[in-house]
This record gives sequence, C-alpha cells and structure tokens, in this order.
Amino acid sequence: MTINEIQEEIVEEFSVFDDWMDKYSYLIEIGNDLDGFQEENRLDNNLIEGCQSKVWLHAELTDGKIFYTADSDAIIVKGIVALLVKVMSGRTPDEILESELTFVEKIGLKEHLSPTRSNGLVAMIKQIRLYALAFKAKQA
Amino acid sequence: MSIDIQKIRKDFPILDQTVYGKPLAYFDNAATAHKPLQVINAIDEVYTKYNSNIHRGVHHLSNVCTQAFEDARIKVQHFLNAPNAHEVIFTRGTTEAINLIASSFGETFLNKGDEIIVSQLEHHSNIVPWQLLEKRKGIVLKVIPINDAGELMLDALEELMSDKTKLISVAHISNALGTINPIKTIIDKAHARNIPVMIDGAQAVQHVKVDVQALDCDFYVFSGHKIYGPTGIGALYGKEKWLNQMEPYQGGGEMIQTVSFEGTTFNELPFKFEAGTPDYSGAVGLAAAIDYVNEIGLENIAAYEHELHDYALEKLAAIPNMRFFGTAKEKASVISFMVGNIHPFDMGTLLDKMGIAVRTGHHCAQPLMQRYNIPGTVRASFAVYNTKEEIDRLIEGVIKVSQLFG
Repeated sequence: MTINEIQEEIVEEFSVFDDWMDKYSYLIEIGNDLDGFQEENRLDNNLIEGCQSKVWLHAELTDGKIFYTADSDAIIVKGIVALLVKVMSGRTPDEILESELTFVEKIGLKEHLSPTRSNGLVAMIKQIRLYALAFKAKQA
Repeated sequence: MSIDIQKIRKDFPILDQTVYGKPLAYFDNAATAHKPLQVINAIDEVYTKYNSNIHRGVHHLSNVCTQAFEDARIKVQHFLNAPNAHEVIFTRGTTEAINLIASSFGETFLNKGDEIIVSQLEHHSNIVPWQLLEKRKGIVLKVIPINDAGELMLDALEELMSDKTKLISVAHISNALGTINPIKTIIDKAHARNIPVMIDGAQAVQHVKVDVQALDCDFYVFSGHKIYGPTGIGALYGKEKWLNQMEPYQGGGEMIQTVSFEGTTFNELPFKFEAGTPDYSGAVGLAAAIDYVNEIGLENIAAYEHELHDYALEKLAAIPNMRFFGTAKEKASVISFMVGNIHPFDMGTLLDKMGIAVRTGHHCAQPLMQRYNIPGTVRASFAVYNTKEEIDRLIEGVIKVSQLFG
C-alpha cells in the first residue's frame, strides 16, 4: 500500500466514531498496543522533548527503506505516534519526502499538531522528514 | 458576609460560553484569572476618555492620565500596606520584578562567591534569574529542600544561611502545590542575621491579605493578571533603603534626571526603575482589580475558595488511585494530582473535551517535579467565581478518564 492508501485506511477506521470519547478510547488502545521500541534506543539524542509530553524516535535504514520506531510517555500522544509510524515506516526516503500528511486533520486530531500543544508531535514529524533527508544524502 | 456567586459570575463575561458544546468550567486560575467588567471598563475608559503619555505633557489629558497612574500606585501601596508610594515600582509582572531585583540588587551588592537562597518549590521565574547571576557574577545558589508534604524544611535553612548569604528569595505560596510558606518565620530568621528577603507573591495576593510592614520583607512582588487584573502589569515593593542604593534596571525615558553625553543622572524613586512609557492602562486596570477584590473582601474570597478546595479535595480523594502532590497543613486553593500513572497530558486533553480547563505539566517548576519523580501533575486552582456544580463536573470528568484508562 502507498502512504496515501494507508492514510485513507486510517481515515476510514476513524469514520465510525461519531463520539469523541469513542475516538479517544480507540486512540488510547492504539497507543497501548504500540510496541517495538527498543529500550536501548531510549537515548537522549532520540528524545523529542515537548513541554507537555515526551516522544522518542529511532530510525534505521534497511534495504533502502527507513524503519521508524517510536514511543511517548503520554498515551494519547503515543496513539498518534503509532499512526504516524504506521504511515511512514518501511518507506524509501523519497516516498517520505514527497508525502503529504493529511490523515491527522481528517480524523479530527489536528489540534494535537498545533505548536501550542507542545506535545512533541510537530517536532517528531519534522524529525521523520529530517531522517529521510539524511538517509537520502547518505545513499547518494 | 456571605458572597453572592451568581452575581459575581455575571461580572465575568468570559465565563458565559461553551467549549466543544459544554459549558466552560475554568480551573486554571493559578495561571491567570479572568477579568471582571469593572476592570475591562476601566481599561476601556483610559483609551476612550483620557489616553495620553504620562509625566510628560502640560496638557489636560496628560495630567488626567498621570493622575490615574499615580493613583494606581497609591492603590497598590495601600493594598500591600507599604509605607510609601515611591516604594512601589510598576513592572510587567512578577517575572520582570524578580529579574529587576536580580539584575539591580545583583549589580550593586553581589560579588563572586556570594550566596542566594531559594527553595525547591520555586517557579522557574525565581530560579533562572539567579542562575543567570551565577554565570554573570559567580554567585552560588542554595536551595531549601521540602518534605513529602511539600513544606519547606526550615531546619535546613539555618544550615544554609552563612556570612556569604546576601538574599533569600522564596515564594509566598507555591504555584504547583499551593503550599503557604511560613514567610514571616523565614524573614525573622534571615533578619536575625541581617539577610534581606524577597517574597514572590504571584500566587498569594489574590488569596491572602499581605502587609509588607508586618512581614517586614525587603521586597515583595506580584502580577496583576492573577488577581483579576490585566496582563502585562505587576508591581514590586522594595524598601527605600535598598531601592535607593540599587543600580537602575533599564535605561530610557522617565528614569533620568539629566542626560548629556558626558554623563547621566538618574531620577528618584520610583521613576528610576520605570524606563520608557509605562503601562498606565494596565496600572489603571490593576487598580480596578484591587478595588474589585476589596469590595468583595479578601477574607470572604479566601473563605469561599477554601470551601471549594475542601469540597473538591474530599470528592477527589474518593477516586481510586488518586495521588495528591502537596498536602501541606497551610494550603491555598490549589489541588495538584495524578490518578495512578495516567499522564497529566492525557488527563488534561480529555477533560478539555468535556469543557473543563485544568493545567497540566510541570507548572514551570521542574526541580519540584524532579523531587517527586513525576512528569507533571494535573492542577485545579479555584477562584471566587468557581462553583460546587463546576467541581462536580470536574470530579465526574476525572472518574470518566480514569475508567477510560482502566
């Protein structure tokens, strides 16, 4: 599936919730289910410190594709982190750099990407793209 | 006298609104309080009736505006029971006031190796200005520790004070925990060794009557916006003997006597510390806020807030896995908590969806959070316009979120 197909799939999944409570319960569930972040990667240089919550992001290049693993200390943030990883992980640097993230807004969670939330998510997205740029430069 | 809350609520137009379709319940008062019409109208009047730069014009409006500004100073003087109006300096708020003291007192009195004492529960505003002095002047910062209840350990203060101690700077009330510190005891202990004391009153003046003469503190600072006044205005009270000796903070208009390229002489108090056009509309708004509080009566406000605090505390305590931070015997109407290990950000985000505004995070007191080894807390702080019905909604919300996290 392409990045956009996965984004559409997520939007579809969230479209069943007409109540914010159900939507957030689902997000919490996704957050709780997120694993794969290795403790050895919980390093200061993988830490994106928001004022309100913390996000850890690790990236590895394997066979030309970038694999992201991430974590957060706040579960709602972790839920969104899980969705971002699902969309962006296992892609080539070019795919990531050319992508446009639209699903967060479409599922009604745009407020969490506002810089004023200071939860680390905006910086995380920036960091995902920076990794793509760096790996692309390395490959060239 | 009992207070008529419904009448008071009508003074605050902002309260009458819905958030995500739910009526707003605002419990972030320790961050900033809302403004009554009396304050909004007073500021409005400055601009619609007599706006003019102060202390500079010979014309009518300038005189009216100057008078309003100086009347506001006298209002603050009486509010703090300061001996003289010229001992009241207008600042942008508590943070600027502390920076002014750190900068000017520091420049005049502090040398390498001198010590400043703060406490573990301070707001960053009463930590970072002194750390900047550590870098600039090589002074040393000492910290009064707290016990698990969030109370200052005064025995430690005795050991921290030395011949090198040049100032003690502590909060009157902790913003994150609500602890009311025994400032009179601290001031007496410090003065017994000729050490001056600065009190950060940002969380106090809206809850307790402050009398700087009875306290005998050397400096007392507070912000207007936390006592129902406008943002961008605050005040610094300082004993004349210190202020006269201290170097000016900033240079500019108003603070000078004569200026030539050979040298400049400075104006007298309080103008020496008020460079540039001051926030006279803010000062007028602050004066209106003080009038507002005085009219209801600080004792009445405090009594009502305590009632709200105790009501909320009892109900919150019944929630499984409730953890309170700050259980001092002497406490203002602030409750800091976590439920189990539910992250404060998660709790705050979900309460917000229910129209409930609380503060989450470290409350600009990271050393305090490190003391408790937590990422932050959820903080509900009460003001005179809050109601028990609103608290019921807070409790219901916290229970709902707790259940969501199982």
